[in-house]
Amino acid sequence: MTTVIKPPKSLVEINLQELWQYRELLYIFTWRDIKVRYKQTWLGIAWAIFQPLMTMVVFTVFFGNLAKIPSDGIPYPIFVYSGLLFWNYFSNSLTAASNCMVENENIIKKIYFPRILLSIGATVTPAVDFGFALVIYFVLMVIFGFTPNIWGILMIPVLLLVAMVSASGLGLFLASVNVKYRDVRYILPFFIQILMFVTPVIYPVSIVPAAFKMLAYINPMTGVISTARAMILGVGKVDGVGLLVSAFSSVLLLIFGLIYFRKTERFFADIL
Amino acid sequence: MSKTIIKVENLGKKYQIGERQSYYSLRDSISGLFSKKKKSVDEFWALKDVNFEVKQGESVGIIGRNGAGKSTLLKILSRITPPTTGKITLDGRVASLLEVGTGFNPELTGRENIFLNGAILGMKQSEIKRKFDEIVAFSEVEKFLDMPVKHYSSGMYMRLAFAVAAHLESEILIVDEVLAVGDAQFQKKCLGKMGEVTKNEGRTVLFVSHNMGAIKQLCQRAVLLDAGEIKYFGKVDETLNRYISSETENGSYFRLKRIIDGLPDDSDFELVDVEVYQNKQLVWESVTNGDDIVLKIHFKLKNKTTGLRVYVDVCDVDNDLIFRTFHDGLDSTVLPLETGEYISSLVIPGGILGPINYNIYIQAGVYNQKNCLPFNQIKLPLSVIQTGKYNRAYPGDTFRGKLAVELEWKTLVYKSKNDN
Repeated sequence: MTTVIKPPKSLVEINLQELWQYRELLYIFTWRDIKVRYKQTWLGIAWAIFQPLMTMVVFTVFFGNLAKIPSDGIPYPIFVYSGLLFWNYFSNSLTAASNCMVENENIIKKIYFPRILLSIGATVTPAVDFGFALVIYFVLMVIFGFTPNIWGILMIPVLLLVAMVSASGLGLFLASVNVKYRDVRYILPFFIQILMFVTPVIYPVSIVPAAFKMLAYINPMTGVISTARAMILGVGKVDGVGLLVSAFSSVLLLIFGLIYFRKTERFFADIL
Repeated sequence: MSKTIIKVENLGKKYQIGERQSYYSLRDSISGLFSKKKKSVDEFWALKDVNFEVKQGESVGIIGRNGAGKSTLLKILSRITPPTTGKITLDGRVASLLEVGTGFNPELTGRENIFLNGAILGMKQSEIKRKFDEIVAFSEVEKFLDMPVKHYSSGMYMRLAFAVAAHLESEILIVDEVLAVGDAQFQKKCLGKMGEVTKNEGRTVLFVSHNMGAIKQLCQRAVLLDAGEIKYFGKVDETLNRYISSETENGSYFRLKRIIDGLPDDSDFELVDVEVYQNKQLVWESVTNGDDIVLKIHFKLKNKTTGLRVYVDVCDVDNDLIFRTFHDGLDSTVLPLETGEYISSLVIPGGILGPINYNIYIQAGVYNQKNCLPFNQIKLPLSVIQTGKYNRAYPGDTFRGKLAVELEWKTLVYKSKNDN
């Protein structure tokens, strides 16, 4: 095995072969994060469940009952939980992906490995939380008298993938910016909060005027959440075009994130 | 002759000064957009025109004083940072060990950390499994294997970390100053293990250390780096000799001697010599912070003087005073000193100076009358290497501040949840 070390070229290339060689390290990083998070197993699971449930209760009281935000005829608790389920995964992944370089500074400064592994790992770990929250989702569906739609259930991995791709794309970009500008991590929670309100988490996409609908679907999470509601709960029609727009924009986000990341990655150890 | 396994050609690394400040903030950058001032950027070559080749099975030491470019070279060889110019060809699997215990997670157990650390260092899971028992036996911490490493003593922590590292299988091993930590016996064991691997398995080792003994024991050849360039590359003894003589002849002590010889005459006081000792050995420039540092100031008094004070200023590299200490600082009266020769010894206890560079100034004066030595002229640069006590469970912690004083802490339970 021969390694040649040369000054970086401006050309952006992604070395898939190298990523494959390092697949065990990705597994280990993910295993580490899950292990540390679920150190006290029950506490970890309880937190993964409590967070979306509590948010659901508060949102139902204020947005559903008091503000009377429409929910396409779906009971508001399950309506908002459908949104929160995917939204929490997205926001947890995005936060983790944005901070992963800074948090693993010690390792980055001392050893070489494809840095992107950390970003990928950051979007995998929150999927465990998603899994627990999903179980509760099915319980809620039974309570509210919904029969889970088979096609909808089969669609969950696809929707999760779209969310993962968008969180990775945006996360790669933010991680690079975060390495250089350390105050980004303070802006991030605000940014994510704003993102949540432009995503149909607490309201249905049906209240968006038709003229702006496609614009709304440029936000990948719009496609994910509205499709989840339509398909899993089996209420209303699936906006296929909208979902495609969302999926396409998530891929664009990923490409943009990757390019930016690859351009800055090699100098992380110098700035960190 | 065996084949060339490491080939470094015209290697250079340029830093822009200011690039290495602790961090930028978005806020400053945005406000910078609106201000017209263009910051001038200074360039600094940490490495320049470095060429050398290493043959398979060789152990090569890299020496040079702090800032000579050793760490930068290792970082480029380890692919942590890219070079600005030149090319390196490494013909084999590379493992680099710039720190032991990289990525150790204090929450995880010893067992879990072996797998984590092994993977980070580039070992395959199957490889770690195969060597697991050997690693555990080497580390001597079997009993605590299922305990989170945050409860380990620093010694146990280092043993475990080293045990993993010592079992790395690679054709090329790059090792930074990692042997400076850990107790002497374990150091020997590790050196032995590393030497054994090189001899038996034909592994190539690049080794940076301040420990001349370790370099001598482990390496056949050595590179002497100075200001980013290779000063000499040859047999280890010859390189070490050149390093030592360059440090003593052109280094701080020769300079110091010259300064002392060229001092203006004073009617009362004459400085003869200044020496620094650590562990009863004369040292130059590099000391460790784990053991006492003794400064011996040898001077003559031509007349009986009252109020003469010899004192030492310990400054940081920007010459900001950190502390000043007087030869009679603990007395309570002004004692007259008779004509004669004196040696004042100052002990700076181990565990006060931090792992950074200092400038130490020898000063003398007669109280309220005059300076007997030109102020801030007798300068001893001192670079301190960390070996003292610190919590090694936080591997990436960098040193902050100007002094690393070892202070006693006690944390007691004030109110426990059972008290109510």
